[in-house]
Amino acid sequence: MTPGLRAYLILAALVFAIGFFGVLTRRNAIGILLGIELMLNAVNINLVAFARFQADLAGLIFTLFVIAITVAEVGVGLAIVIAIFRVRRTVDADHLNLLRG
Amino acid sequence: MTLETVVFWPVALALLAASLGVVLTPNLFHAVLCLAGALVATAVVFLLLDAAFLFAVQLLLYAGGVVTVLVFAIMLTERLIGERIAQTNRHVLNGAVVAVALFVGVAGFVVRNGSLSGVPAPADRTIDIARAIVGPFAATFELLGVLMLAALLGAIYFARAED
Repeated sequence: MTPGLRAYLILAALVFAIGFFGVLTRRNAIGILLGIELMLNAVNINLVAFARFQADLAGLIFTLFVIAITVAEVGVGLAIVIAIFRVRRTVDADHLNLLRG
Repeated sequence: MTLETVVFWPVALALLAASLGVVLTPNLFHAVLCLAGALVATAVVFLLLDAAFLFAVQLLLYAGGVVTVLVFAIMLTERLIGERIAQTNRHVLNGAVVAVALFVGVAGFVVRNGSLSGVPAPADRTIDIARAIVGPFAATFELLGVLMLAALLGAIYFARAED
């Protein structure tokens, strides 16, 4: 059968849930960033699917913006991870409790 | 339309398998390779949705740029410490329960909502995207440039060598 809008939305929801699972369960800070990448990709699929099936151009433009912002986020996030690694010699999120009261 | 039907389900399966690989493989390097596969599968999904320009952008920026930077970061953090970083997940059962609940909530809304059956408008919208970026979305586009500059400076500041 031809996949409709619902098929794309369900696919995106599955990928989003998998990425969320990764964010919740990964110990390594880089692993958490990978999960966030998956979640952002799922949102992009949603935006493009709506842009096509509702014939609205804004979805495509917003996908472009989301991709650009994600690239900036990855750059800054990995720089922070490397800076933390230099100071603490670990990227294990369980050991990064510097701000705990 | 038949091409979309034939291609969609294998691509969807590949995307889901690669996504599971990202969150479940114990080796972080393999996780990044799985992420590259998931990003390429997402690009193919964009192609199925008549967004050829976004297909190219996804391959260039994500599969080309982001994956390369991630591999560099893993190399730096693993090689500096001289040993393989442990990659066991924690609280797998709790995370799975919360993730499944999230999916059930979203999917239940998608399935029960009756107004989600628009007709596809198959057309290549690349020229429309270009006109919109320099037209109604011009201010947002410029702000994006400012954001990229700020992110560039921030990344250089955080990752600079110690004096």
